[in-house]
Amino acid sequence: MTIAQPNTFRAGPDERGHFGIFGGRFVAETLMPLILSLEEAYRAAQKDPEFERELDSLSKHYAGRPSPLYLAERLTEHLGGAKVYFKRDELNHTGSHKINNTLGQILLARRMGKTRIIAETGAGQHGVATATVCARFGLPCVVYMGATDVERQKPNVFRMKLLGAEVVPVTAGAGTLKDAMNEALRDWVTNVESTYYLIGTAAGPHPYPEMVRDFQSVIGNEVREQVQAAEGRLPDALVAAVGGGSNAIGLFHPFLDDKDVRIWGVEAGGHGIEGDMHEHCASLTAGRPGVLHGNRTYLLQDDDGQILEGHSISAGLDYPGVGPEHSYLRETGRVTYVPITDDEAMEAFQLCTRLEGIIPALEPAHALAQVMKLAPEMPEDEIIVMNMCGRGDKDVFTVGKMMGWDL
Amino acid sequence: MTAPEPGARIARRFQAVKDEGRAALVTFVMAGDPDAETSLQIVKALPKAGADVIEIGMPFTDPMADGPAIQAAGLRALKAHQTMVRTLEIVERFREEDRETPIVLMGYYNPIYSYGNERFLSDAAAVGVDGLIVVDLPPEADDELCLPALDAGIAFIRLATPTTDDERLPHVLRNSAGFVYYVSVAGVTGSKALDTDRVAASVARIKAKTDLPVAVGFGVRTPEQAKTVAEAADGVVVGTALVEAVRTSLDGEGRATDGTVSAVGDLVGALAAGVRDAARQPA
Ligand SMILES: Cc1ncc(COP(=O)(O)O)c(C=O)c1O
Repeated sequence: MTIAQPNTFRAGPDERGHFGIFGGRFVAETLMPLILSLEEAYRAAQKDPEFERELDSLSKHYAGRPSPLYLAERLTEHLGGAKVYFKRDELNHTGSHKINNTLGQILLARRMGKTRIIAETGAGQHGVATATVCARFGLPCVVYMGATDVERQKPNVFRMKLLGAEVVPVTAGAGTLKDAMNEALRDWVTNVESTYYLIGTAAGPHPYPEMVRDFQSVIGNEVREQVQAAEGRLPDALVAAVGGGSNAIGLFHPFLDDKDVRIWGVEAGGHGIEGDMHEHCASLTAGRPGVLHGNRTYLLQDDDGQILEGHSISAGLDYPGVGPEHSYLRETGRVTYVPITDDEAMEAFQLCTRLEGIIPALEPAHALAQVMKLAPEMPEDEIIVMNMCGRGDKDVFTVGKMMGWDL
Repeated sequence: MTAPEPGARIARRFQAVKDEGRAALVTFVMAGDPDAETSLQIVKALPKAGADVIEIGMPFTDPMADGPAIQAAGLRALKAHQTMVRTLEIVERFREEDRETPIVLMGYYNPIYSYGNERFLSDAAAVGVDGLIVVDLPPEADDELCLPALDAGIAFIRLATPTTDDERLPHVLRNSAGFVYYVSVAGVTGSKALDTDRVAASVARIKAKTDLPVAVGFGVRTPEQAKTVAEAADGVVVGTALVEAVRTSLDGEGRATDGTVSAVGDLVGALAAGVRDAARQPA
């Protein structure tokens, strides 16, 4: 399947929520009226200067934006090639890029008069960011989290509870992000009138992929300005980790029509994508198009269209699908998607910690492992910007265990 | 050759039942639960026990609109290696004996999409499927499967829900065929008790906009509830209670027992008696 090269990569989605053949609105009838009114509310908010003013003010004074663009000098020296910059979204309030999206959506939920917020979470970063904005606005919050993830991301479970959220462990399936999303959708179908579903990544039925992308595009927009100020030009390469794809699309989108900027999306390669054990979450590398969670996109699935359970050391990347815009960017060849294994990510995690004094989350550690492959192959006057989309506090137990430490 | 009227068998059956002055009993079971052979025997037993229309679930790993009972039924089937090919085989073998009972396949889009829409519709039509319910294909996506299904002579049966307001209803009904499935509660299958008071008003609201029969489901478990719904609607759908009957009949390892087929048959018999007990307006 090929898609003709468009004049712009930034026009999508169309009015039915399609990015090429991907995206759309594949939801049960009970939800459909809600999805339509959500879109209406979002369109109204987009036109309302007061919405923008409120979001900007919260981003600045509450979340701490803009986040710095940092030249990782020792890492650059160590890799011996292109200059490596980190976009420091791990410095945001709550410790990841997820707050950019939850601030936008909570304002929308309030405009829609919703009185209860639900969310799914994998690593717990989105759950924490949602619990945070719910506390800030005094709204009850229920977070669905796979039981496996509850176990491996304990610090975030405590944080959510402290923030007043109810955390519901989901034991279905492998107890990871996919199962949490199923359960959140079931809650939404049941409580559709009162409840706002605050999706944490650029996936789900239209308008979520577009809306989450727009809220996350603050990342790429800031990078454009910051890199111009620092280097007087645009970067040569962008690199970001792709779970559902929200931090990545947020960095990439403002650059999609800058043809000279090469773009890399990094998927979780788990134990490696070879063989048919499916111990990875590289849906764009090893999956094929299908329909799940409201959108058509690349999915890990068997020959009969049953969804496979993936594996990644990183809970935030442990999802067998991906946001539909990434599927489109893969098909058109605009973005190159590559897998990084658990071991490669662990190595990058340790290197970054020791060389830069920054403990990255395991998700951006995948992006960093790709930077470690790219930078040495690029000349010293070239620039890479990597999205440091989260900090690693939540992962220290997982990493300690991998390193054989008794914690 | 002109394509047959989509879902002709469904229309005939609802008319026949109406002529008897009663509502239809629509029964849902999961294909391949607990294994393909037993599930075929269950399907065959349904009409004999009093079912008028058969819905067969196509199992899916991620049934986002189903409650725990139907989720578990799907997983039992998948564990027993149920596939789309085997599901269609169940229909084919059922049709060798029964040419009249309508069969509706119900499930989610991805297993169909993966099989290939065109291939699926032609194979389904060939084995004698009359209708489809695809939970995650709303009218906004009619060009995906609904319109091609109608061309293949298969009815696309639509769910209407409490959130489907009067403005949206005509949109939902536009390419509907066979019957309209009114989901009596906003929620997943099996979760809430039926709100019988509101059923009559809701059915009237839909019937004002369509000539299709209206069947009501979600939350009907007992013969008494079936009777109450049958007094207000053209059809009563029972699903969760039947897959629960399958589950409770299994042995410790989750395998079928001698009592599995009869457990479902007995419950369907009781539900059919409930439906036949209902006081109906003369046809
Ligand atoms: C730090 C961090 N990065 C990345 C992700 C993956 O999500 P996305 O691909 O939407 O950015 C998560 C999700 O939990 C995360 O916590």
